[in-house]
Amino acid sequence: MKGKRGATLIAVMLAMVLLAGQVWAEPITIEWWHAMRGARGETLDKMVKAFNDSQTEYKVVATNKGDYGEVVNAGVAAYRAKKHPHIIQAFEVGTMTMMLSGAIYPVYQLMADQGYKIDWSGYLQAVLSYYVDEKNNLLSMPFNSSTAVMFYNVDLFKKAGIDLPSKTTPLTWDQMAEITAKLVASGAKKGMVTTWQSWIQIENYSAMHDIPFASKANGYEGLDCELMIDNPKVVKHLERLKSWMADNRFAYEGREYQGPNAAFVAGDAAIMMESVSGIGNVAKNAKFAWDIAPLPVEVEMKEPQNSIIGGASLWVMKGHPKADYKGVAAFLNFLAQTDMQELWHKETGYFPITMKAYESLKSEGFFDKIPYQEVGIKQLNRTVPNKNSRGIRLGYFVQIRNILDEEMELIWNGSKTPKQAMADATKRGNDKLREFEKTNK
Amino acid sequence: MIKRSHFKANALAYLLITPQVLVTLAFFYWPAIQGLLQSLMLSDPFGRRSQFVWLENFVRIFTDVLYLKSIGITLFFSLATALVSLAIGLAIGCLANRALRAKALIRTLLIWPYAVAPAISGILWLFLLHPSYGVVAYFLKNVVGMHWNPLLNGNDALFLVVVASAWKQISYNFVFFMAGLQAIPLSLIEAAAMDGAGPLRRFWVITFPLLSPTIFFLTVMNIIYAFFETFGVIHTVTQGGPGGATNTLVYKVYQDGFIGLNMGASAAQSLVLMALIITVTVLQFRFVERRVQYTT
Repeated sequence: MKGKRGATLIAVMLAMVLLAGQVWAEPITIEWWHAMRGARGETLDKMVKAFNDSQTEYKVVATNKGDYGEVVNAGVAAYRAKKHPHIIQAFEVGTMTMMLSGAIYPVYQLMADQGYKIDWSGYLQAVLSYYVDEKNNLLSMPFNSSTAVMFYNVDLFKKAGIDLPSKTTPLTWDQMAEITAKLVASGAKKGMVTTWQSWIQIENYSAMHDIPFASKANGYEGLDCELMIDNPKVVKHLERLKSWMADNRFAYEGREYQGPNAAFVAGDAAIMMESVSGIGNVAKNAKFAWDIAPLPVEVEMKEPQNSIIGGASLWVMKGHPKADYKGVAAFLNFLAQTDMQELWHKETGYFPITMKAYESLKSEGFFDKIPYQEVGIKQLNRTVPNKNSRGIRLGYFVQIRNILDEEMELIWNGSKTPKQAMADATKRGNDKLREFEKTNK
Repeated sequence: MIKRSHFKANALAYLLITPQVLVTLAFFYWPAIQGLLQSLMLSDPFGRRSQFVWLENFVRIFTDVLYLKSIGITLFFSLATALVSLAIGLAIGCLANRALRAKALIRTLLIWPYAVAPAISGILWLFLLHPSYGVVAYFLKNVVGMHWNPLLNGNDALFLVVVASAWKQISYNFVFFMAGLQAIPLSLIEAAAMDGAGPLRRFWVITFPLLSPTIFFLTVMNIIYAFFETFGVIHTVTQGGPGGATNTLVYKVYQDGFIGLNMGASAAQSLVLMALIITVTVLQFRFVERRVQYTT
């Protein structure tokens, strides 16, 4: 009898200890859905592991949900079913949709609520400015940010007897006219090619030349904005590129990056305008000496504005228990630490988001070893971003980019004049903007 | 005409079809009704705001010149894809039916491409025909001297997506043609041969009419395939370009709905697509099926 009671007591105590242990040791899970695959995904997993190892209260679970489009769709479906993750990675053109979704917890507010006093001025402003609201409050945490630069084939430049361009002072488009002519004359099959034509040749071109892409401060100040791309500067730029097609100084190789990249690494095209996130591909496949210079500007732009970013940011979603958000804030704060940002930049080429991480990379001589990695950062940091250069905030921006792609292709194949194409793109784009405005009223 | 038999309905019969009816209701009618409702509304993707706008989404797509153009492109694309894959499938089927050696091996090899996903088929053909890195494109430009550029020329682009879409469907058609050919009694063909009909005449007078049920079935299936399942090809090869020349309806639905998160517009387009495919299929049954011989 006594023995039995003793055994029961031990069993109860054991159960209590075990259960209690469970309650204390079980970390809160924080779900993060993202679109990073391949090498980028591996680096991301390293960062998550570092966070999970650094503390015991929270456990971040990062899940790849496919490409950018698929991640946002998964997020939408999950939100409707109330099974959404804490953090979702959304591409920059989806900023407006996320912002107006009513499903997000703005990052500046989250960090303030959780007692983090973050000095946002220590961040790269051209990166931050893409994701702020009209009052300059940060809505989502920048994660992978890139910008467009100019890759060039050093061998072909030397063969044509052209001085190699500077890494800080941009070439002028007049110089580009001469350079591409010389390149073609000396045997290059194509002068220049461009990836992502809307992003580089219209969006970035407008930002750097301080001309608005859309009214209402590029859409930051109201849904009732309209496209302003039908302006003499943009039209003249497109006319120039079109005229260069006649003698192969410019060639169109497709909307995305595959075609232009193939032309560049095969040594057919001497110059390629492309995102810095394409450095890995060029480094791996190009069998010649190459380097990077800033994007060209018009001769009258003595002090060009910063270029704008591409990439994605992290949005915190509403509707989870309060305790979870402490962990979310801790994780976002952890990601912004210098060592994490250095790792991210070194392994993926995406920009570090804080000035501290940038300075630290500089002081350890990283950019002396790989100077081309710094061209994009300098181009982003060369001025204070203003209303025309901090970013573009449009509804249905994905469709508007599609419209631009279509209309630009009609310029390249001679169906439309640049003036006509930009007028049509403006009209079609504005229809989309009005539809979005009506939906979100 | 098909001979129809009538059985008396009883409770067991209804019970037996219940699972099928439930599945159809849940996975077909329910989403279709959702789509219909969605097409009459403007709503944001997260479901926070939606407003009933009657037929505004339809008015918008039908006043869009490019949308109307896209209907024409879709019809042409679907017909061309179906025609190419049927013709080649039939030709290969007839040849393989007469193969003397290694019949099973030949058949298996010919069926393989069907296992390839449309998007991968697109990539494969892109590697052959892309103006900058395509092997065949290089040959066309530098040896034949042809001006080939699907990135800028709409007709070239349309040709490329038709080829890539038709290619993988050839295997599917081949399997059915093969089966159809084997069902044709040899005695008929032998009798015709004895009466002095040559191979071509035997094909047109005997084989082709007797294959008509297979051809009809495959035409319907191929057109449905070309309408709905080819967006992977378009997405990987042209993204609807150049300048909208390969922007088919289903690709536009995908673009607007999935990538652009414009729910109302994409739902309205889906309904139009559904109406279009129903019309095409009904027309086929009314006018083409009459010529089909179901019995020998």
